[in-house]
Amino acid sequence: MPLILTEEQTMLQQAADGFLNEQAPIAHLRQLRDDRDPEGVSRDLWRAFGDMGFAGVLIPEAHGGMGLGAVEAGVIAESLGRALTPSPFFGTAVLAARTLAAGSEDQRAEWLPRMAAGQAIVSLALDEGAKHRPDRIATTAERAGNGFTLKGAKAMVLDGHVADALIVAARTDEGTTLFLVDPKAAGVMVERTVMVDAHNAARVMLADVAVDADAVVGPVGGGDAVLEGVLTLGRACAASSLVGAGDQAFRITLDYLRTRQQFGKLIGEFQALQHRAAHLFSEIEIARAAALAALQAVDAGRDDAPMAASVAKAKAGRTAELAVQEGVQMHGGVGMTDEFDIGLFMKRVRVLNETLGDAGFHTERLARAQGF
Amino acid sequence: MSELDDFRTETRAWLEANCPPECRGPADEGAAIWGGRNAVFKTPAHRLWLDRMAARGWTAPEWPTEYGGGGLSREQAKVLASELRRIQAQPALNSFGVWMLGPALLQFGTEEQKQRFLPEIVRGEIRWCQGYSEPGAGSDLASIQTRAEDRGDHWIVNGQKIWTSYADKADWIFCLVRTDPQAPKHLGISFVLFDMATPGVTTRPITLISGKSPFCETFFDDVRVEKANLVGALNRGWDVAKHLLAHERTMIGAMGEVGAGRPVGQVAADHIGLDETGRLDDPMLRARIAELEIDAAAFRLAMERVGDQVKASQAHPAIASMLKYYGSELNKRRHELLMAAGGHEALEWEGERSRDGVMARDWLRTKANSIEGGTSEVQLNIIAKHLLQLPGA
Repeated sequence: MPLILTEEQTMLQQAADGFLNEQAPIAHLRQLRDDRDPEGVSRDLWRAFGDMGFAGVLIPEAHGGMGLGAVEAGVIAESLGRALTPSPFFGTAVLAARTLAAGSEDQRAEWLPRMAAGQAIVSLALDEGAKHRPDRIATTAERAGNGFTLKGAKAMVLDGHVADALIVAARTDEGTTLFLVDPKAAGVMVERTVMVDAHNAARVMLADVAVDADAVVGPVGGGDAVLEGVLTLGRACAASSLVGAGDQAFRITLDYLRTRQQFGKLIGEFQALQHRAAHLFSEIEIARAAALAALQAVDAGRDDAPMAASVAKAKAGRTAELAVQEGVQMHGGVGMTDEFDIGLFMKRVRVLNETLGDAGFHTERLARAQGF
Repeated sequence: MSELDDFRTETRAWLEANCPPECRGPADEGAAIWGGRNAVFKTPAHRLWLDRMAARGWTAPEWPTEYGGGGLSREQAKVLASELRRIQAQPALNSFGVWMLGPALLQFGTEEQKQRFLPEIVRGEIRWCQGYSEPGAGSDLASIQTRAEDRGDHWIVNGQKIWTSYADKADWIFCLVRTDPQAPKHLGISFVLFDMATPGVTTRPITLISGKSPFCETFFDDVRVEKANLVGALNRGWDVAKHLLAHERTMIGAMGEVGAGRPVGQVAADHIGLDETGRLDDPMLRARIAELEIDAAAFRLAMERVGDQVKASQAHPAIASMLKYYGSELNKRRHELLMAAGGHEALEWEGERSRDGVMARDWLRTKANSIEGGTSEVQLNIIAKHLLQLPGA
């Protein structure tokens, strides 16, 4: 498989960029933020994602989706990274859609068509502490009657404050198990957390929440196997978003270098800045290759897909971090102002870096895999 | 897809049957196959390996079969490369002819030149060297002074080249000479080929900090060069030179990654050992190595992607500068870490235990990577100008 987009994928990219440019440019994020929108995310826009087929990109056609693959999801994620759009896309269309693919026919029939239509938001409640540690889940599910009782606390539940359903990862005697949980059920407390980038997540408290046995997604104790695939896909898509955000921050900065004058010259004429820009360009091209390779590995079902996703997430994370730091520095004083967009990219990249494991987490995984 | 699967199956079977055991596993320098009139083979198996691969054209897998190449598609060539890696096959031929001159001849050469030179490159019969840099023309390559005077059907060449890799072992040279001293510097250069055995050619190896002499000074004293051996148009040699430089840069960028050998972390584990949790017993070094390996893995994919973009006519010609810059800096980093991984044991300079100080000598050799073929700074200038269109660059 050549490491370039196919013609169809390129068309999808143009459609996504064009749509976001028109319907949800950076001004959309600013408006939600400045209006202190009670939800911080637009339901209308999410329905439009459904109409465009974006919300159902990974959902099978039988359930109203497009039935496309990881590369296509990554293409949309990259566009969202460029436009900084707050959207349930990542949490619902990527993570939840792939998780529910392991669910029962009833679960899929109930949720997937509404997700594909941009009518439902479903959030994966996995992480708990300050860092992404999927192998250290403390939330428990104990058998009780016909079902289970869930106990614990979740954090960084993307769009959890507006979710119609939560998918909670909890420990059972058999291992990790995934549960579909109604956020309005007794014992569930959801607290919206507005993040630094004006995107939203939630903290979710689970105080003796009773669920039926048919709320289990996939086999009891089989959660880790399901999550392995979900996280691999999610990390590859997050890497794409980081490439999109980093690349867009770089483009904005290049424009600034070509127009800002000091000492009677365009600052882009200074070799000190040219070399840093050229280095950053190289890093971004390399990160882009790693992200696309990871997405292709997921679609091909290759054994090395989890490691490819880790390489992509680590590389794209560090690269985007460099892009936004160089971006603010090269903008000088105006880079520190809220009026200029470059600072928004710095905030978004910080959040994306913590999403599903930062560069350190994934670099550690590579060291382990290579036996040192 | 299944056609490619068939190709993989056949290739795997052929390699299993035809790659001698002596030519698998890490190659030390003495085992490298360079071919040429005075070819040196470590064992008869190495000669056999070259001959078998050359017979299929697989020393230049993507060149057309009419010139002796393998005629493989890009996808087939990737399969061949991955199958070679799988059995840790040593390269059947290291060749500036394959890496640099061949692609330039395919682009700029006459039919006669292609017929004459390409097949013998594929077979490893003629070893080429590159006459580019001069004492006064390093980063500013276009200011070369080596003169070619017109004598009707031939030129007489006088001047000096430097940093000519393996000039003392090469059979022929591809060389930049000034054919019009009056023209602006980029427009008076021609690209010519001649035999290193021609009277008036002498070479003198330069001892480097590694203690080795891969580079030479090369002197031309009234050397006769036939006009039939001009590649491209007269005085337009700079176009050929740039095209070839792109291939050279891609090659240097790939140096650290193609056959990079074992992961640095495993080398470090051999020397330093693991702690009770299975981690390298040097946490700071471990983190640096792991970061390098992330960058290296991503860079290998970028090289693959650029190759795919070239095939799809989507690549910017200056992208080779990115690969050259990044790959050479990466390789320097790798060898700094390998030295730290080896610790005291990597300091040995002589003797059998250290294979004559191979770690230290390789480490020092990599310092040239970001200088040869255009310095890192020159590559960054090219990226800024041609890929980013920054003002005044």
